[in-house]
Amino acid sequence: MTPSHQAANVLPLHTDEDVVRLRKQVREDLVALGFSLIEQTKMITAASELARNTLRYGGGGEAHIDQLTDDGRRGLSLSFIDQGPGIEDIALALTDGYTSGGGLGLGLSGAKRLADDFVIDTVPGRGTTVKIAKWKLF
Amino acid sequence: MERIPILRMGRLLLVTIQVDMHDRLAMTLQDDLTNRIVSDRATGVLIDISALDIVDSFIGRMISNTAAMAKILDARTVLVGMQPAVAITLVELGLTLEGVSTALNVELGIKLLQQGNR
Repeated sequence: MTPSHQAANVLPLHTDEDVVRLRKQVREDLVALGFSLIEQTKMITAASELARNTLRYGGGGEAHIDQLTDDGRRGLSLSFIDQGPGIEDIALALTDGYTSGGGLGLGLSGAKRLADDFVIDTVPGRGTTVKIAKWKLF
Repeated sequence: MERIPILRMGRLLLVTIQVDMHDRLAMTLQDDLTNRIVSDRATGVLIDISALDIVDSFIGRMISNTAAMAKILDARTVLVGMQPAVAITLVELGLTLEGVSTALNVELGIKLLQQGNR
């Protein structure tokens, strides 16, 4: 059964302040869905990492926040979309410690660990979309 | 320009981070702390993160970098008040805060720094 979606909330990611705003919005949405504090912390941290990647490596972009329902469970899905350079080697990018920009190299791999679902879609020269989701079980 | 205030207590510098910092503010704090260690001849830096709900890899790196620079300048860094959810998330993120001692609260953190002084 395909999950049903509610209208997405779209937030720009072009400045450091946009990242802060995103964290705040994700917090509100997770609280509204009844996620525990630890679940919130993990998901917001993952969102922060990915939002920063969109900003720093993707040349800016946007985040889409979707609420999901699927077979008795509810979830929050976050998509981070840019039209930047894309990622040449996904496996490499997902290695802990690998960074092309002087960071810690934990953002992408970390987000994958912190979220329940993680999907990355990238085309070198065209852009990148990273989608993460966290599910609340009933 | 907005800045996070840095307090001095003897040879110790105390910082309480109470806002959700954007990246630029975090970098400014890192620079300010390093400058103050030199100008105040501080031997210890206490960073209170009890108000932080989120510590991501950027903030983590800022803290590690600050501790590394403090060490070069012969000062110790203690991180206090880490929220449990933050600690759990940092482990899962794979972030180890190298060169940073931790303490439960400001009082214990100050004791730790003062014990280290010759």
